[in-house]
Amino acid sequence: MSTYTSVTPEDRRQMLAEIGVTSIEDLFAEIPAALRLDRPLALDAGLSEVEVFQELRALAARNVSTEDELSFLGAGMYDHYIPALVDSIIERSEFLTPYTPYQPEISQGGLQVMFEYQTAISELTGLPVSNASVYEGPSAVAAAGYIAKHTNSRTRFVVSRGVHPHARETLRTMSHGWGMEVVEAPLHDGATELPELDDTVSAVIIQQPNFLGAIEDVPALTAAAHDAGALAICSCDAHSLAILKPPGECGVDIAVGEGQPLGNRLDFGGPSFGFFATTEALIRRIPGRIAGETRDLDGRRGFVLTLQTREQHIRREKATSNICTAQALNALAGVIYLSWLGRRGFVELAELMLKRTAYARERLRAVDGVELVHEHPVFRELAVSLAAPVDRVVERCRRLGINPGLPLGRDYPEHEDALLVAITERRTREDIDRLAEALGGAVAAERPALQETHA
Amino acid sequence: MIAYTEDQPTIYERSKPGRRAFVAPALDVPDHEVSELVPAALLREHEAKLPEISEPELVRHYNRLSRRNFDLDSGFYPLGSCTMKHNPKLHERVAALPGNAALHPLQDPRRAQGALELMWRLQHALGEIAGLPHVSLQPSAGSHGELAGVLLTRAFHEDHGQQRTKVLTPDTAHGTNPATVTMAGYEVVKVGSDADGNVDLDDLRAKADEEVACLMLTNPSTLGLFDHGIDEIARIVHDVGATLYYDGANLNAIMGISRPGDMGFDIVHFNLHKTFTQPHGGGGPGAGPIAVSDRIEPYLPRPQVVRREETDGSCFYDLDYDRPKSIGRLRGFQGNYGVFVRSYAYIRSLGAEGLREVSETAVLNANYLMARLRREGVLQYLPAAYERLCMHEFVLCGTPMKRELKIRTLDLAKRLLDFGVHPPTVYFPLIVDEAMLVEPTETETKETLDRFAETLAAILREAQEDPEVARGAPYTTPVRRLDEAGAARKPVLRQPL
Repeated sequence: MSTYTSVTPEDRRQMLAEIGVTSIEDLFAEIPAALRLDRPLALDAGLSEVEVFQELRALAARNVSTEDELSFLGAGMYDHYIPALVDSIIERSEFLTPYTPYQPEISQGGLQVMFEYQTAISELTGLPVSNASVYEGPSAVAAAGYIAKHTNSRTRFVVSRGVHPHARETLRTMSHGWGMEVVEAPLHDGATELPELDDTVSAVIIQQPNFLGAIEDVPALTAAAHDAGALAICSCDAHSLAILKPPGECGVDIAVGEGQPLGNRLDFGGPSFGFFATTEALIRRIPGRIAGETRDLDGRRGFVLTLQTREQHIRREKATSNICTAQALNALAGVIYLSWLGRRGFVELAELMLKRTAYARERLRAVDGVELVHEHPVFRELAVSLAAPVDRVVERCRRLGINPGLPLGRDYPEHEDALLVAITERRTREDIDRLAEALGGAVAAERPALQETHA
Repeated sequence: MIAYTEDQPTIYERSKPGRRAFVAPALDVPDHEVSELVPAALLREHEAKLPEISEPELVRHYNRLSRRNFDLDSGFYPLGSCTMKHNPKLHERVAALPGNAALHPLQDPRRAQGALELMWRLQHALGEIAGLPHVSLQPSAGSHGELAGVLLTRAFHEDHGQQRTKVLTPDTAHGTNPATVTMAGYEVVKVGSDADGNVDLDDLRAKADEEVACLMLTNPSTLGLFDHGIDEIARIVHDVGATLYYDGANLNAIMGISRPGDMGFDIVHFNLHKTFTQPHGGGGPGAGPIAVSDRIEPYLPRPQVVRREETDGSCFYDLDYDRPKSIGRLRGFQGNYGVFVRSYAYIRSLGAEGLREVSETAVLNANYLMARLRREGVLQYLPAAYERLCMHEFVLCGTPMKRELKIRTLDLAKRLLDFGVHPPTVYFPLIVDEAMLVEPTETETKETLDRFAETLAAILREAQEDPEVARGAPYTTPVRRLDEAGAARKPVLRQPL
């Protein structure tokens, strides 16, 4: 059994004597006897470090990771390259093991990182105010909705069907507590079609590019929201912000997004971080930690957590959010990644993905039995519909070592035999060609018409 | 080690046009103008002003910044309520295995069996520790778990045709409790504490009525005290049909000793970043799984990790979305899996006996430290807020120190920085004047605790002679006291570029 305690039997004897009790049990005298567990916990006995490593390694080996197959899975989390630099910095004890920086004099490293991160997110989104991170993408959408509700006290959210299904569901879960109604705006040929908006609409919530990969006309959508007096909330793909008009310039009031693609591992879904940026007007409603610049007694520049009167530890039931622990280490990975890419590199990487995705689109649409779900411009992801049952096509591709993407049927029954295909910079032209060939072969083999012929 | 006390330029101030670290992979597909692929009206006109900087300079920048942080791996961190225990190094290694780190969250469950089995086993272990059988790992942190818990409460009442409006929280509660109640659409009703630091049962009886949906409680409380009236509290709350919620921030005191489920709680959240060693990361990530009783189970978030039987009798692990009464999702995907790996490794390392030893030692260390402070004369100026055996942490009250030595708890905390110790939590819980909440954790040695007691005594002696020293502290840190009021008055939240 491993042990992470350092008290020896002799220490224990001395410590109990100092306290003035005779046994460890005496220390728990305040717990009524009837509430004390009269048996050991029913858990396996502890193991040595060697044994735990072996067991965990064996479990991990039963997962098929993006290192084990040619993966085109995306849909919110993407297999981007993470520079070695990120690992070497975030493993440092000084970043890995402190708590939230409640004592700024000994937390300047972490606080300056937050300030630099906020600056980067503000640059990306074109909005003046960023917080220091929230949990992740979908819950960030709900957190933005909460601000809208408190800003205008209206009763409905209009959310595009192009917003990530997890984000829409999270918004519904949370909104129920606030008594808000969530109305879905349909997609027409893959792009958001807003219904008539009236003065009950608190916010219009969209995603750029949307879940099916389409680049939306965000300026037009935000204008419609503002015409109805609603806030415009946009969930943004971080890499796309290198190319697309920043949400701040499109009239978006709150821009949020999933931070995983920025230097964070897939980790089967977390931990990652959510980014959250907004206008000056909403600065005192923003959730979570925010670092601000200030001076010390000697006039030197320093950083502190600021605007804390928004937060739960000060304002309690009047706080703008209940968030406490967020995702500081993941946001650090994010800002290291962005600094590593740099001003030009961020654009170059995005353009590479844009061009490879354009190539993939042309390559896939040329495959017999594969059609595009929509004709809107795409950035790193595209949806294709197949002339064969998607699960069987996927299974055939897997036998060739290819994971061709996410079947859309569960979340979009209207696209029953469709796939969402993501092209990160780790997927080369050769990889895309392999995908096209595999899909072509699989669809041909599984096409109902052909099977009838076989029969 | 060089202490980086001089001002460190920001990454943007280090930037110089033409420098770079990243080189893009070669373009291997037909080239197009970007404007051929995306309508010009939707294109960005100005580049985001990210820094331009080479890799060697990036490394120096972040390494130098790191040296301006105090961290748990370097020194004592008795931050009450935060459980700053050692973060085993093995955990970073197993979390980084490619089968974990590079596993896509939408991988077919049949091809993620190792991950799902790990989650299933962790659910089982946490359920056993809590004494509540059903676990969802989904919430991202403690406060997210609280929100899940109160939304579950709402779903439970609504399913029974009841619209309740209020949630009770003690005046000792973490700020996240009342903030959560508001976010879940309920009204907060505060319950007082009695002279011993327990929930005031008369006040509770007066406020517990049919409008009350839930009581949120931390036990041991944020005062570090076990509320031995818990049986009666549970009876009062359940008699009016409300649920009893357990804030698991202080679970480190009672693992294998007492279980919230056996105390009558319906819902528990765990802070995997406190009790179960996920490194705090300077403010996250964490994870806030919840365990619930049978009557709450139908409403758990989806998807749930389940074990199913194959036709041939073998088992496989799956994600169950078919939960008609579920409150729904609280976030994307399956939760903070990377955190689950670390916490599972911890539970596997310690086992039942080891977990109990953790709590016993945490409580031993806290009571020993209080006794040592008494012997050093520290309690003369900072008496224990309650003269009782404490659990894993205890609260001191700095009122006599303020009166007699003319220094405040804040000054004492700031002076501790000069001695290489992270100060305890200060000014919380709110019901204790000039409060200092001390949580040593089980991973500290007797020698460390002795040294801390002696350091506090030395600072008080110093203040007897000259209180200005503490009032001006710290002196040896990268910066001195910072103008927090000024920062809030005129917020500078990003660098102008």
